[in-house]
Amino acid sequence: MSTPIVQLEDFKKTYQSGDIQVHAVRGVNLTVQAGEFIAVMGASGSGKSTLMNTVGCLDRPSGGRFMLDGVDVSKLDRDQLADLRNQKIGFVFQGFHLLARTSALENCELPMLYARPSKSASAQKARAMKSLEQVGLGQRFDHTPNQLSGGQQQRVAIARALVNDPKLLLADEPTGNLDSQTSIEIMGIFQQLNDAGMTIMMVTHELDVASYAKRMVVMRDGRIVRDEQVGPRHNAAEELGKLTREQAAVNLAP
Amino acid sequence: MIVLNALKLALRALKRNTLRSLLTMLGIIIGVAAVISVVSIGNGAKARIEASIASMGQNVVQVMSGNSRRGGVSMGFGSAGTLTKEDYDAIRKDVKGIAGISPEVRNNAQVAVGNKNARVSVMGVGADYPTIRAWKFADGDNFNEGDVQRAGKVALIGKTTAVALFGEGESPVGQIVRIGSAPFTIVGLLAPKGMSMYGSDQDDVILMPYTSSMKRLAGGTSFRSFMVQVEDPKNIDGVQAQITELLRERHRTTEETDDFMTRNQQEISEVATASSETLTILLGSVAGVSLLVGGIGIMNIMLVSVTERTREIGVRLAVGARGRDILMQFLIEAVTLSIVGGLIGVLLGWLASERLSSLMQTPTLIATNSVIMAFCSSALIGICFGFFPALKASNLDPIEALRYE
Repeated sequence: MSTPIVQLEDFKKTYQSGDIQVHAVRGVNLTVQAGEFIAVMGASGSGKSTLMNTVGCLDRPSGGRFMLDGVDVSKLDRDQLADLRNQKIGFVFQGFHLLARTSALENCELPMLYARPSKSASAQKARAMKSLEQVGLGQRFDHTPNQLSGGQQQRVAIARALVNDPKLLLADEPTGNLDSQTSIEIMGIFQQLNDAGMTIMMVTHELDVASYAKRMVVMRDGRIVRDEQVGPRHNAAEELGKLTREQAAVNLAP
Repeated sequence: MIVLNALKLALRALKRNTLRSLLTMLGIIIGVAAVISVVSIGNGAKARIEASIASMGQNVVQVMSGNSRRGGVSMGFGSAGTLTKEDYDAIRKDVKGIAGISPEVRNNAQVAVGNKNARVSVMGVGADYPTIRAWKFADGDNFNEGDVQRAGKVALIGKTTAVALFGEGESPVGQIVRIGSAPFTIVGLLAPKGMSMYGSDQDDVILMPYTSSMKRLAGGTSFRSFMVQVEDPKNIDGVQAQITELLRERHRTTEETDDFMTRNQQEISEVATASSETLTILLGSVAGVSLLVGGIGIMNIMLVSVTERTREIGVRLAVGARGRDILMQFLIEAVTLSIVGGLIGVLLGWLASERLSSLMQTPTLIATNSVIMAFCSSALIGICFGFFPALKASNLDPIEALRYE
C-alpha cells in the first residue's frame, strides 16, 4: 500500500487558556489514504476544527504524531510548515477568504506567488486560468469577489486551492455560507475532483452535506466516536435534478 | 524574485486604496517639498551674497579706520577717521605686491541738474578705484591721476543716479551737474552693479577724486577706508600683514590698541556665507522634522492596514506565504509609499522654488544633493517606520489571523 496522505497517531492538542488547560483533542488515530473523500463531523467544541488546523499544517500537535504524505510535521519550523502548506494542501474556507478588490484570476495566482521555485508570470496565469475553467468560471476570470455570487466565490476559492496541485484538499465548512442549491453544486465539484483522484477532507456539521463524502468521521469531546463508510451516498447531479423538479413543482402549484 | 513579487503585491495593494495612499504620502510629500524649496532658497541667497561680495572687487584688502573695541560707545568702523593721507602714501610706497590702491571718503550731497535734484551718496576715491572694484564704464571714461592731483571738478555717475537726474536713455557724459555748491563735469557713466550685500543700491552714487571731495564738499583730512588690490591672490594674506604692520608702526599701536582694521574679501565672504548657511540649516531642519512626522504618518497607516488586513494575511499564510514574504510585502508597501511621496515632493518642491523665486524676486538654486538627500531620506523613513508594522504582520499566527473579524 502506498503512503497514506494523512496519518495521525494518538494525536493530542492542549491549549493553555489562562490558568486552565483545555484538552481540545485527546488522542485521535486517523489514517486517510490517497483518493479518499472524508467528512469530519461534530458539534462545536468537539475538536474538529483543531484537527483540521493540525492536518492543514497551521498548527503542530502537542502530543502524538502527525505525518502528512510521509513527512513528520511535528518536527518542522514555521517556514517549513508554510512550504508544506504551499505544496501539499489546498484550503477552502467557510468564509471563502478571497482578497477583496482583486480579480478571480489574481486570487487564483496567490498560492503560486509563494511557491518555490516560482513559475513565470505567464505560466502562473495559464495555470490559474485552467483552474478557473475546471470549476466552470473561465468566463469570469476578471471579476472581483463583490461581482460574484457566494457560490461563484467559493468556486474561485476551490480553483485557488488547486493551482499548486496539492495532495490534499482541506475544506472547512465549505457550504456554511451557501444556500442548499449552491451547496449541492459545490459538493458536485468536490465529487468530480475526487473522482479524478483528489483526496478531500471536509469539516461539516450538516449530515446532509457529509453524505456526499465516501467516509464519515464523527468527533465528540476530542475523540473520534464513529468512523464509517457513508451508507446511501448522495450524488450531486441526482440531488440537483431532484431539487430542480421540486422547485418546478412549487412554481406550478397555484 | 521574492522582491519582485512583493513589489507587484505592494503596488496592487496601494492601487486598491488610492485615496488613503495619497493621504499617507502627504506628510512625506510636504516634508520633501519643504526641504527642497527651503534649501534652494538658502542656496540662492548664498549665491547672491557671493555675487555681491565679488562685486566689491577682486582680491581686495580693505583697511578701515576706527576701532569699535575701544571706548565705551562704538561708532562703527570708519567713524574715527584715523587713516590719513600720509598712511595712504606710506602704504602705496612701502607695501609690496599691490596692484592698486584707493582711499574712500563718503559724503551725502545735494546734486542738481536744471530743475532736478537728488540727495546722493558721493564717494571720493582714487583713480584706481573702478579697476579695483571691477567697475566697468557704460559710457565715457575714468578720471585720471592728474584730476586727483589738482582736485579736478570731474565726476563719475552711477546708473540709478544718472536715470534720476537725466532720464532713461540720455547720456550724462559731458553734462555739468552741481554737487553741493560746485559745478562738476560728468566724464563717465558707470555700468550697473546692482544691490550690495547689505541691500543698498550700489548704482545710486557719484564718484569723484578724493581730493575734490575733501576740498570742495566735506573738508576734513582723514579717510574712512582704503581699498587695496593685491597683484597675486595667493599673496593676499601677506599684503594684509604688511599693511597691518606698517600702520601699527605708524600709529604706534599693538593688536589690542589698533585704531584701524584690515580685512580681506575671503573673511567677509566667510562670515556672510556662514550666516546664510546657518539659516538654511535651521529652516532645513524644521522641514526635516516634517519629514519625520510624515514617517510617523506612514507607520500609523501601515499599522492600521495590518490590523485591517489581518484576514488577508491569514489567507496568505495559509496558502504558504512565509513570515518573510509578509514582512517583505508590507515593508515594500511602506517604502513604495514613501518613495512615491518623495518623488512627488521633489517635483512639488521644484515647482514651489521656481514660483517663490519669481514671486520674491530672489534667485533659487536647486541643489542636486538636496534632491538626492531628501529622496534617500524619504526611502529610509519608509524602511524605518514600515519595519515595525511589517514585523507585526509577519509574526501573526495564521489560525488567529484567519479567525479575525
